[in-house]
Amino acid sequence: MRFDYDTSYRDGKRLLRYPSQKLAYALLALVLLAAPWLLPKYYVGELSYLFILSIASLGLMVLSGYTGQVSLGHSAFLAVGAYAHAWFLSQGLPFAASILLAMAISALVGLALGLPAIRVSGLYLAMVTLAFAILIEHVLGRWKSVTGGFNGLPVADPVMLGLDLSGLKSFYFLCLACLVIVLVLLVNLMRGKTGRAFVGVRDSEAAAASLGIWVAGHKVLAFVISAAVTGFAGALMAHHVRHLTPEGFNLLLSLELVLMVTIGGLGSLRGAVLGAFLIGMVPALISQIKPLLGERIAKQFGLEIFFFGLILAVFVLYEPKGLNGRWLKIKAFFETFPLYRKDVFRRGKTYMKSERYR
Amino acid sequence: MTAIPVQSESAGGLQVRDLALRFGGVHAIRDVSFEVRPGEIFAIIGPNGAGKTSVFNVITRVFDPSAGSVMFKGQDITRTPRHQVVSQGIARTFQNIELFEGATVLDNLMLGCHRFAQENFWGQLLWSPAVRNTEAQLRAHVEDVIELLDLAPHRNSLITGLPYGVRKVVELGRALATRPQLLLLDEPASGLNPEETRDLAFWIDDIRSDLGITVLMVEHDMSLVSEVADRVLCMNMGQALSTGTPAQVQSDPRVIAAYLGADEA
Amino acid sequence: MGPELVANLQLLLNGMATGAIYALVALGLVITYKATEVLNFAHGDVLMASAFVAWALIVELSLPFWLAALLTTAFAAVLAWQIDARVMRRIVGQPQFAGVMLTIAVAFMLRGLVSMFFGPESRSYPTPWTQQQTQIGTLIVSDLSLVILAAALLLTLLIFFFLTRTALGVSIQASSQNQLAAYLSGIRVKRVTSLVWALAGAISGICGLLLAPIALVDISLWIVVLKALAALVLGGFGSIPGAILGGLLLGVIEQFAGVYLPDGSKDVTAYVVLIATLVLWPRGLLGEAHGRRV
Repeated sequence: MRFDYDTSYRDGKRLLRYPSQKLAYALLALVLLAAPWLLPKYYVGELSYLFILSIASLGLMVLSGYTGQVSLGHSAFLAVGAYAHAWFLSQGLPFAASILLAMAISALVGLALGLPAIRVSGLYLAMVTLAFAILIEHVLGRWKSVTGGFNGLPVADPVMLGLDLSGLKSFYFLCLACLVIVLVLLVNLMRGKTGRAFVGVRDSEAAAASLGIWVAGHKVLAFVISAAVTGFAGALMAHHVRHLTPEGFNLLLSLELVLMVTIGGLGSLRGAVLGAFLIGMVPALISQIKPLLGERIAKQFGLEIFFFGLILAVFVLYEPKGLNGRWLKIKAFFETFPLYRKDVFRRGKTYMKSERYR
Repeated sequence: MTAIPVQSESAGGLQVRDLALRFGGVHAIRDVSFEVRPGEIFAIIGPNGAGKTSVFNVITRVFDPSAGSVMFKGQDITRTPRHQVVSQGIARTFQNIELFEGATVLDNLMLGCHRFAQENFWGQLLWSPAVRNTEAQLRAHVEDVIELLDLAPHRNSLITGLPYGVRKVVELGRALATRPQLLLLDEPASGLNPEETRDLAFWIDDIRSDLGITVLMVEHDMSLVSEVADRVLCMNMGQALSTGTPAQVQSDPRVIAAYLGADEA
Repeated sequence: MGPELVANLQLLLNGMATGAIYALVALGLVITYKATEVLNFAHGDVLMASAFVAWALIVELSLPFWLAALLTTAFAAVLAWQIDARVMRRIVGQPQFAGVMLTIAVAFMLRGLVSMFFGPESRSYPTPWTQQQTQIGTLIVSDLSLVILAAALLLTLLIFFFLTRTALGVSIQASSQNQLAAYLSGIRVKRVTSLVWALAGAISGICGLLLAPIALVDISLWIVVLKALAALVLGGFGSIPGAILGGLLLGVIEQFAGVYLPDGSKDVTAYVVLIATLVLWPRGLLGEAHGRRV
């Protein structure tokens, strides 16, 4: 059994409170740092891609999981970040400056979407973001002078401070470092007053306003932060794919991101990373399974999207709190062992009440 | 027990003048005027649909009034933006509990301190010592509220698992955490059993005498009102019927007619 | 009549023809929304699946068109009923977001299954109205479009009266507003909800049947549901007459945008209309206002 032996108020906010936690994260760090030398080349590249997806997922989690603003069009910010970065590189800007500028531009686009989004909420916001993503995809395809239209835009190699980071191992460490930095910054933000305010805006706007939280301002802030983080992921993704085309940032990618945060568990950063890993690994898993299935099924492309649907359905039905929820339940099991009761997390029966007429 | 420090002067009370609120053809509030003196406990009673919660909603700027004014401490707050009401010193609880369901009791209370939290954005990102200090101070302040309201066993519980009575107390605590000078309680005793209602009566009295907070409440429970309120306003159909001490208002024939119906002559 | 007026009238007519499709798809969407407050993202995929089934019946099995039409509609209704009975019922009472996510999951699964089963090639099949046109004055409209328009209007009227004038229809509205109260009033809520889904399914079956000859039987047929969303928003979310009004209006706007606005605007007109409407006139043309009482 584990008890909280906090001796000061600061202990309550510490990230790593128990020796077992510190050990676990130390081991994880060791494994991740050693991975490029332990794993075959293909998996190192895959892990880099998973890190990039995790950053994008974290961005969406801030907006949807913490502030409760549904976005079905986040691939728009990936696209903006990627194209902006690639373009700045092609204009000769240094790597770091280019990425930061791409983030800024993505943040501006987030602002442009966030301002009108104040008046729109829930389902309607989902539709607005969906339409917005399709619009951006269209604009990218048409703005030939900057984006190269449907022929695409080639991406230069990442070179920072004279070091070529395009190699498999160096790109891996770049992505890992970026993920760790983004994760730490966001964890800090979410445990401070802004993170609390986001949750307040999500759960009850009326109460939040009565406590002095500027609801509209926080909604826009969430959009800006989310867009900046996802744009950052987009810039890294540009280096991963090496040649940008508008189809690479389609609606399906947006929905994959939504799947990641939903399956990961809304409202937790850990969930964003877990969800990204699970969804990001599906294509790789499918290609492993394909040889085992009958030839007719294996030949079609439908298998991947079918699995996405299946995984999402299973989680919505049986584990609505997502992977993070399952993690917390397992943790609770070990923490309260042997006094864990099966029905601790049992959900009561609920009836539908219209959200329109309350 | 450390009392939550209160500003030394709560000069000026609440003045509501000729308030009116219309939703299309529906007059939710019609020409209502009353005054809440500093340090008193004032109750608004009336049958359902009388417009009591609407008055609260106008004061806390959920709605814009069609006419009339609201003055607090000599300042006109009829048009202040909604999120600046609390910095004027007014806090409220809600009729249908509006707690933050996805957060713990502690987080809900810490959100009550939002307006005191001076945390620089970049400081938050980097978890600077200044931010750490502020968080610790807020926590200390919130612990005073927890102690006052006996919420210690539920400190780290998520709201979703808590029973109704505890949620009401958490909502009260969250309003107290804002260090208000005027506390608006919307049906604080609804859904509470007699024991909890008695605790509530003691708390309301303590809030007034120990913390110096003026209390304005909407209530249906007459025994609570008689026990705790200094003065009462009875409303019906959006209009003010009668003002006075609880005994005076309860024996006013117009009030009795409003509740029980008038005799057919 | 000057040539420009004739050209604009032709555009108007074309617009109403495409708009009728949007209206019909939107109709199916709005009745599920009214009944369950869930926006059914799988609607377009049921439509797509029905189109493939229609193709299989007409081309592979050489059934007569009307028999195939009947079977396709029945298939779609049964498919939708099963989706509700087996899948959607399990998350009753959970917030709206869960329902929407689940319909997205079902949409993905349907898309995957159809893709795996039928393969990626586009196909088509003949209808009694293919290649046939009617002339009104100097204006030309294809017969198939007329049929779609007629179907849209007829179905809208039927459903509107069903929901507002019959006991079953009113019970559908009741169970969407407060399910527990509906149960306590003796309404068989689960059955009623599945009935609505079956109805929406039948509508999307008819849509798929009629749309495929125009747009080809292809996995991408499901995208019409996005345009139907724009139509719903324009007409006013939650309003049945709004669905058809929005659909027709959207079709007309698209046609005119295609001619009078810069090249490529036509593809995104629907989405611009959606965003503009939600931000500027959230209620749409005939929609209902709603807020939250605190």
